[in-house]
Amino acid sequence: MFRGLLKSPAFVVGAGLFLLTILVALFAPLFMNVDTQTRVGLAYMPPSSEHWLGTDHLGIDMVSLLIAGLRASLHVGFLAGIVATIVGTLIGVYGGYKGGLIDDVLTVATNLFLVIPSLIVLILLSSSLDEGRSLSLIALIIGCTTWTWSARAVRAQSASLRGRDHVSLARINGYGTFGIVTLHILPYLLSYIFMVFILQTATGILSEASISMLGLGPYDSVSLGKILNEAIRNEALTDGAWWAFVPAMVLVTIIAFALYVINTAMEGVFNPRLRK
Amino acid sequence: MSDAVLEVEDLRVHYLTRFGTRVQAVDGVSFSLKEGEILGIAGESGCGKTTLVSGCMGLYIPPLHHTSGDVRIAGKSIIGMSLEQNRKEVLGRRISMIPQGALNSLNPTRKIKDLATDMILSHDESADKRDIYERLRERFERIGLDAAHVLNAYPVQLPAGTKQRVVIGISTLLNPKVVVADEPTSALDVSTQKAVIRLLFDLMDQGIIASMLFITHELPLLRHVSSRIAVMYAGEIVELGTTEQVIFDPRQPYTKALMGSMLSAEPGQRDRKPVAIEGAPPNLAVPIKGCRFAERCPSVRPDCKETKQVIRLVAGREVRCQYAS
Amino acid sequence: MQAEPYKFEARNLSRVFRNGKKTTVAVDNVSFTIKDREIVSLVGQSGCGKTVLAKMLLRLETPTSGELSFNGRPIGAERDPRDHWRQVQAVFQDPFSAFNQFFTIRSQLKSSFHLFKEKPSPREMEERVDQALLAVNIKPKEIEGKYPFELSGGQMQRMLLARIFILRPQVLIADEPTSMVDACSRANILDYLMKLKEELKMTIVFVTHDIGLAYYVSDSIFIMHQGKIVEQGPPDRVTQHPESEWTRQLLDDIPDIHRDWIQRGPPKSAVEPAAGTIAETA
Repeated sequence: MFRGLLKSPAFVVGAGLFLLTILVALFAPLFMNVDTQTRVGLAYMPPSSEHWLGTDHLGIDMVSLLIAGLRASLHVGFLAGIVATIVGTLIGVYGGYKGGLIDDVLTVATNLFLVIPSLIVLILLSSSLDEGRSLSLIALIIGCTTWTWSARAVRAQSASLRGRDHVSLARINGYGTFGIVTLHILPYLLSYIFMVFILQTATGILSEASISMLGLGPYDSVSLGKILNEAIRNEALTDGAWWAFVPAMVLVTIIAFALYVINTAMEGVFNPRLRK
Repeated sequence: MSDAVLEVEDLRVHYLTRFGTRVQAVDGVSFSLKEGEILGIAGESGCGKTTLVSGCMGLYIPPLHHTSGDVRIAGKSIIGMSLEQNRKEVLGRRISMIPQGALNSLNPTRKIKDLATDMILSHDESADKRDIYERLRERFERIGLDAAHVLNAYPVQLPAGTKQRVVIGISTLLNPKVVVADEPTSALDVSTQKAVIRLLFDLMDQGIIASMLFITHELPLLRHVSSRIAVMYAGEIVELGTTEQVIFDPRQPYTKALMGSMLSAEPGQRDRKPVAIEGAPPNLAVPIKGCRFAERCPSVRPDCKETKQVIRLVAGREVRCQYAS
Repeated sequence: MQAEPYKFEARNLSRVFRNGKKTTVAVDNVSFTIKDREIVSLVGQSGCGKTVLAKMLLRLETPTSGELSFNGRPIGAERDPRDHWRQVQAVFQDPFSAFNQFFTIRSQLKSSFHLFKEKPSPREMEERVDQALLAVNIKPKEIEGKYPFELSGGQMQRMLLARIFILRPQVLIADEPTSMVDACSRANILDYLMKLKEELKMTIVFVTHDIGLAYYVSDSIFIMHQGKIVEQGPPDRVTQHPESEWTRQLLDDIPDIHRDWIQRGPPKSAVEPAAGTIAETA
């Protein structure tokens, strides 16, 4: 199955890009001085050989800020992705397998969450927390409001497995719902759930960028969205300091793009009907 | 010999697996099909009958490769042709196939008339489209379809039995000399199966189909369809004779076992214990020294595993067994 | 003295599926009895309802109306379905899809013990699995550490039977047990099933489209069509003197070795190819 993925050029490009950003985020601090506290120059100094992307409105090195921001955004993205995937999978796989009334109730609940604009919820929750806004907390909030997509996707897969012979066999072996879901349904969905996780991570990164851009992001840390927010607040673009805004925007776009491309490639491999 | 529409001479076909292993799926098959005849090819899954079909049609598309031997249709060899040439001159025109799972072989995004027209145009680019439509209508009516409705429909709109007729209709548009029917009715229920076989007989009587190779694992069907039967096992023909000979008086041990294993709802069958053989056919990736059925043969003798079995004439039919009598 | 209750008794049994606006009557008002130690075949073409009826006997589907009882008591009366499964078990058509591909075959055989009220000791479980394997002519070493995809179709089919040897139910529902098996191995499977029947004194319900098979094995045949049982009776009576038109049609349509099947008339005159401009060089 994974060999099929590697054959898809889309997957290789997407995965490659994503892997690159992760590697930069993880290992760049080993090679360079990532310092988001020290003023190394004047405000909004343009790119130079010393500071490749210039400085921000406080005179801090942009490259350091971007790397720190990248790490933070990936942190939020992955954590939100994990939370959303777990919540969505549990709800989806249970409803999909049981069917009937339980499935109806869970579907209604999912649809309710779907209808509530998660961004509004995020904004409300974030603004009420003020100083308590840490990266992890934001990730948690994002995870708890964006799980609906996973729930629906996993539910459909689970429902399709319900009628399989090996599930019937497990039932007449006396296994209950918990046993069947964990032993006979989830293993068959692992690769699908992984794909769902990739997509939820993308959603997490974008959601964080959105709320941070609006100024409701993490209180103390730097994130890509926060960089954008600071640039807007300090009128970087009108000052002509494109380096304070554009690189962060590009990074967010690249990550989101890479993850969506991976997702499309995976859909093509795992869902053969789409291949044609 | 000029009577033969299809001649297969010591045909050997192999395919290469993902890991590079060579599997000799067809290993020395010879037979000839006469004009006006239906020759049945009987065998179970893995015996090589489907590979034989591709081989007879010249469809040597990797991983399938021609090892050696000849296939001649109306006297002209089709081995060594490029796929392009094969598609233009041979397929559909000289030899045509009614595939297994025909129900899925129709492109769901196109109307029946477009599929049929494409088929004709691929052999004769100069044909007039209106002329084609008229002839399609005429031919479809002849095979018992409501032409106006069917031609303008999409495959998904038609029931299974109608689709099967459409597939047969399209495969025989150019009156091919040889029609290869590969398990054409396995996916159908018994009443539809009977109707489809009736249609095939009808097409033969009308001269639309000259001769037919009928491949199936269902022996009772062959009893009624074919005049001669070739039984395949592990890539070889083990017995070839008239239907009466093969079904009622089999001589080769595998054929005997196959005939003996049939269960039918006829009086007296309850007292008959069907034959059972342990084991499975041999792995064709490994060259086999002696008789391929020796591992499982109830009448095996000590030298059967050592001596390569050749075809002999026994009781008026071809048998691949040195001890058959 | 009261007669022994039937193994299964159905009265006006139906199963209806509702999917939005579409209503499908899978089993339509059927009534029948199955006696202890009887071999019954549910015969019909695909879509006739035999599989849904079998699932109801197996308590994997619940009736929408009518009554279905097992040993005199309605199926579903007991809350715990495991009581039913301790007495009624099944083998399925495709042995590869009947087992989980992620676990070894031996561990899956052992998982049958999950059904037992009192689980035997680990050593006894291993012994019983070994015995069951030997009963189907498989040496335990052959399947050691192996996953389903590593075994052949014939071996996997016998795994389904080995499971029955472990569970020792009173009733076996066999869903097309030989349709995915080579003709030469078919009789072997039937032999194992008969051996099981004798040893465990089982009642067997076959579900099949193959009337030849049903004729050979059954004490009683139920012919099903569009959810109804159109004919019931002993094999000879059903095949020689069918009472229902559908059965007559069915028997007529099935190709048999000895009977006539299709009449062929004299050949008609030749017909032009559909594309007349193509010249065929002989």
